[in-house]
Amino acid sequence: MNVALKQGDIYRGAWGFRNTPDAVRRFPLPFPEDRYMYSVNIEPHIPGPKGSVIEFPIDCDEHYVEECHERAIVLEEDPLRYQALPHMMSAQWDTLELGMQSLSQSYPQHFTLTRLGRHWHWINRPLGLDQHFTFGDPASLPRQPLEYITRQLQGDWVIMDQRDNDLWCEGGMVTGPADWSMDFDLGMSFKEWHGPVPLGHEMGVFDRALRFLLNLRLNEPVRRYNWTMTVHPRLDTSPHNYDRWGPDRGGVTMQNVADILHLRTELQGLWRLPRSNGIVFMVRTYMLSLRDVASIPKWARRVHRVLRDLHPALADYKGLARHRPIAVAYLAQFDDGTPTTPGTAPE
Amino acid sequence: MSHTHADTIAVRVLAVERVTPQIKHFTLAPIAGGELPAFSGGSHIIVVMRGAHRVYRNPYSLMSSPNELDNYQISVLRVDPSRGGSAFMHEQVRVGSELEIAHPVNLFGLAKLARKHLLLAGGIGITPFMAQLHDLRLGDVPYELHYATRSPEHGAYCELMSRAEPQRCRLYHDSEQRLIDIEGLLSRQALGTHVYVCGPSGMITRVLDRAHALGWPDSHVHYEKFSAPPTGEAFDAWLEKSRVAVHVLPDQSLLEAIEAAGVDAPYLCRGGVCGFCRTEVIAVDGELVHNDHFLSAEEKASGKLIMPCVSRARCTKLVLNL
Repeated sequence: MNVALKQGDIYRGAWGFRNTPDAVRRFPLPFPEDRYMYSVNIEPHIPGPKGSVIEFPIDCDEHYVEECHERAIVLEEDPLRYQALPHMMSAQWDTLELGMQSLSQSYPQHFTLTRLGRHWHWINRPLGLDQHFTFGDPASLPRQPLEYITRQLQGDWVIMDQRDNDLWCEGGMVTGPADWSMDFDLGMSFKEWHGPVPLGHEMGVFDRALRFLLNLRLNEPVRRYNWTMTVHPRLDTSPHNYDRWGPDRGGVTMQNVADILHLRTELQGLWRLPRSNGIVFMVRTYMLSLRDVASIPKWARRVHRVLRDLHPALADYKGLARHRPIAVAYLAQFDDGTPTTPGTAPE
Repeated sequence: MSHTHADTIAVRVLAVERVTPQIKHFTLAPIAGGELPAFSGGSHIIVVMRGAHRVYRNPYSLMSSPNELDNYQISVLRVDPSRGGSAFMHEQVRVGSELEIAHPVNLFGLAKLARKHLLLAGGIGITPFMAQLHDLRLGDVPYELHYATRSPEHGAYCELMSRAEPQRCRLYHDSEQRLIDIEGLLSRQALGTHVYVCGPSGMITRVLDRAHALGWPDSHVHYEKFSAPPTGEAFDAWLEKSRVAVHVLPDQSLLEAIEAAGVDAPYLCRGGVCGFCRTEVIAVDGELVHNDHFLSAEEKASGKLIMPCVSRARCTKLVLNL
């Protein structure tokens, strides 16, 4: 992982966000086939190929520092993007442990965790942090444990309590959502939280997913992929600032579509937490411009076909209705009808 | 999705102590050194025992402190007649023995929003509460423990509990005709109280029935029961997806027979409670013998579902979608 700090506005203003060729090739394409429909596409979160986004439990990539800075900017403006109910304190510590253990084991050149009983020492070199604290004692950290660790992790993080055969969304750090809100969802049950998703309820997807997650085991995390599209490389597409990004959807043209429209993949990870018996939900976002999508011939053909044939209800829910025809028209020039090979890897 | 327990943890027995004529207490430490996985009070582990002819996988509650992870502690009641697991633990396992365990699973956790916890233990059912008490002592939610045993002699942890919880623990012994006043206790709790019961079937049933009759919401009533799989007549099963024939011995569970045939079947509690092993029945030329606490009466009557961890069939051939 190269964590070189880019200067300037990355996820806003001047849109300085760029993927290096390496980052393009490791982009997790969310389409294993040329068509897309919901499914309970949950699989064990076991290590994937070297260099891939699933090589380690928590991926840390070239955008690490800029993404942590972006989070700080969002929190400065809207502190309610981080919230946790009081009974979630042990789940907060569980999540802090997961984050620190995982980063320090996967990227020892950047992160070091030393544990002596409850006395922990954490070093985060990319962000220049050096913190001694007592595990379990909130007063020993500058912020609540979940806020402290998630300010140093990419992606959004939600902690859930398990009770009454349900999962309750009762804490989290959500600064880069695809149109959902921690402030709105706090305290909701699993199905309430997923209420706005079309088709899934009728298909029984949420019943099956909930039943599966209620039995999620320690040491056996799972993952799934989700996706949408975003105009500009804007991580923070929250309902709270829809006035800023909603109008962008009308500004996509054949001239700018390649550079401003981004395919947005969510790598979602779920871990059973040991002390709280809760679950932590990671939503890690990767963005790729359509120009970068088109640079991989197989992906250009596949994304073209998926968008072209997408169920209209899903296109509406994902907010694609207005610019989908433009994206399809742009990608059509790269699709000569050649079949795509199985799997998502570039050929 | 895989259901295997690929990641078992190798442990060595550090200490064995006989605490009553029928209960032994085991201390298990990781062979690899360091700490065992953190857990929450109420969790159990599956201990994998490799006997001479058969592999046993029995669930035991963790009773040690969730804050001390150098070792795990469990207690094993010798069941008579034993199907093999508890006898194996009592007879074959000694200091220095090596065992495998699966990561802890909690199906009996404390409710984090409870205003008060009412803990009811019967006999060996004290063990999950012993781990939970470590957490409860650090919190500020009131709790009380009522612990019933057959006699002081059979009360494995009576002394320990009354020393650790002098204000909050009440002991009851059948031999002295002192029984927990379930009706009285349940009828005088403040709203927001959660009740937890772990013990013999009869005790659990009494608590569930009384709580229901008194209008307790199901969400506030918790129980855990590790019933050994009941024995029965031998029968044959056919696993349709795996194309494997399985013979189930009289003292073997259907799940154990499936595992012995080399088929990886899902499970979590192995006690008929969690529903994870629920399997579709394609055909049976006799009747299903449901011993679980998970399926509804209608599901049991439908003959279409079975929980192989505790249930079996009185038939010559059972066909499963597995």
